Amino acid sequence: MTTTNDQLASCLTAVTAALGSMGTAQALPVAGVIVHTTRDNIINVLTALRDAPACQFTQIIDVCGADYPERLERFDVVYHLLSMNLNLRVRVKITATESTPVPSITDLHPCANWLEREVWDMYGVYFTGHPDLRRILTDYGFDGHPLRKDFPLTGYVEMRYDEEQKRVVYEPVKLPQDFRTFDFLSPWEGMPRVLPGDEKAVPPAKQGGA
Amino acid sequence: MSETTTRSAGEIENYTINFGPQHPAAHGVLRLVLEMDGEVIDRVDPHIGLLHRGTEKLIEYKTYLQAIPYFDRLDYVSPMNQEQTFAIAIERLLGVTPPPRAQCIRVLFGELTRILNHIMNIASYAMDVGAMTPFLWTFEEREKIMGFYDEVCGARMHANYIRPGGVNQDLPPGLTDRIAMWAEGYPKIIDDLEALLTDNRIFKQRTVDIGIVSKEQAIAWGFTGPNIRASGLAWDLRKSQPYDGYENYEFDIPIGKHGDCYDRYLVRVEEMRQSVKIINQCLSKMPSGPVRVNDRKVMAPPRGEMKTSMEALIHHFKLYTEGFKVPEGEVYACTEAPKGEFGVYLVSDGTNKPYRCRIRAPGFVHLEGMDAMLRGHMLADVPAVLGSIDIVFGEVDR
Repeated sequence: MTTTNDQLASCLTAVTAALGSMGTAQALPVAGVIVHTTRDNIINVLTALRDAPACQFTQIIDVCGADYPERLERFDVVYHLLSMNLNLRVRVKITATESTPVPSITDLHPCANWLEREVWDMYGVYFTGHPDLRRILTDYGFDGHPLRKDFPLTGYVEMRYDEEQKRVVYEPVKLPQDFRTFDFLSPWEGMPRVLPGDEKAVPPAKQGGA
Repeated sequence: MSETTTRSAGEIENYTINFGPQHPAAHGVLRLVLEMDGEVIDRVDPHIGLLHRGTEKLIEYKTYLQAIPYFDRLDYVSPMNQEQTFAIAIERLLGVTPPPRAQCIRVLFGELTRILNHIMNIASYAMDVGAMTPFLWTFEEREKIMGFYDEVCGARMHANYIRPGGVNQDLPPGLTDRIAMWAEGYPKIIDDLEALLTDNRIFKQRTVDIGIVSKEQAIAWGFTGPNIRASGLAWDLRKSQPYDGYENYEFDIPIGKHGDCYDRYLVRVEEMRQSVKIINQCLSKMPSGPVRVNDRKVMAPPRGEMKTSMEALIHHFKLYTEGFKVPEGEVYACTEAPKGEFGVYLVSDGTNKPYRCRIRAPGFVHLEGMDAMLRGHMLADVPAVLGSIDIVFGEVDR
């Protein structure tokens, strides 16, 4: 969907009105309307966005996490909302850490149940008030949260069927070759405007004045 | 309750049944733990993740171009629709619009893929509830569509054809005629399929009034695509939030009345007819011109140019090693995939690899509704409901 600026602006107005002081909304041409709020307010914000006549965000499309390890509160929990009646979309973002639980929105939107379980599984963000916060995608008895940036791509254990023991055994990952990663942040982006040594040169205007 | 309590004959405790993960009607690797009260289901606990491959994590370590093939392998019954979503997400971040011919080809193959998906679903669904013939008949058609896939990209399933900035290559000569010929004959196949199923007494006994989903429930459970349309909501992203020029095509959105398994089947059948309509429109007004955006920083130059131009060779080398860099920002792109709303939430940090690529798979959310849909139903309704919501584990488990 290519949203026009008018649509974005009207969506922003409606969302801002519904939010009150609970959060801040911004509209970006590519990203769409984004609401930033806090963990404590998330249920109130989603309720307000659902019930306001100018918003009617009745459907939760997605709940997902994102990891920014350099930040103080490293996780983002991102809720994608859809209003089918008014054909609007909005994204609500909150931050969290490993030790700060997020209120679960399963009472508001039952389909967030599995989506929150997935965030818990992948990032280790804990949801309070969730009826059944188990791991969902990873193996039974899995340890760690794989989508965190500090979790290695290869994982820690690998498994195989052991013919002698007649069962699947878990072993530490053995890599026959080092994981190959290339640095593409290359210096070939173009030369800097000021080349080394340039600062010593006499500016052209002064040169001609002698 | 003490152990010595005597029970009257026929009274049994609730017990749990394990369904799958290697059950032919489990559509892959679904494991359901069913809590049964006799023959009636009390609670369903789907255990998923047996096909989890960590796609989202892998994509974070690949350049944008290298990530496209992963999208073929999510919902492996409808590969191109997912490539399209990812390509659209990248294009929005880059600020690139594919040329008209490329958009038309995308729509053409998007709709071919929709048929590919729906016949697979209807046929395997029919087999789950006891009909063998549709499966054999429709696989012949699937084979033909996969032949078209083969002609444009060389692969029958995992296409890697739709690229950011257009499509990989132009249609080979004569393909439009072959697709047109096929599209002319295809409605007859749908008629045959309907003759086998739509009024079939056994099929209706298994599906009518089974797994009813009301409008309110469909919204609350996050349903999209044919499943929400079967519940009576005319919601289709191709109409409401058109992409790749869908606003220029004429087609109708079929909706159901009751939201039961039978309506979901009917909606899919009608959607196939509408897809044929769109395919014919694509073929009749296919614009001429390039199929790749003329921006060497995004799309590699044509092969011929590389033989003569040094600059083209450098661009080609840079694009296939380093890849292109996507400006910092985030975007959520969604398309009407055959199974529902397929979304990609892409966060870019300005490098050549996605910082975060969240894949919103419709099947994941639909499968979550299984518990509520199946409560109070009989054990034999499990395959009927499961088949009707169109689950493919590649995308559920990701």
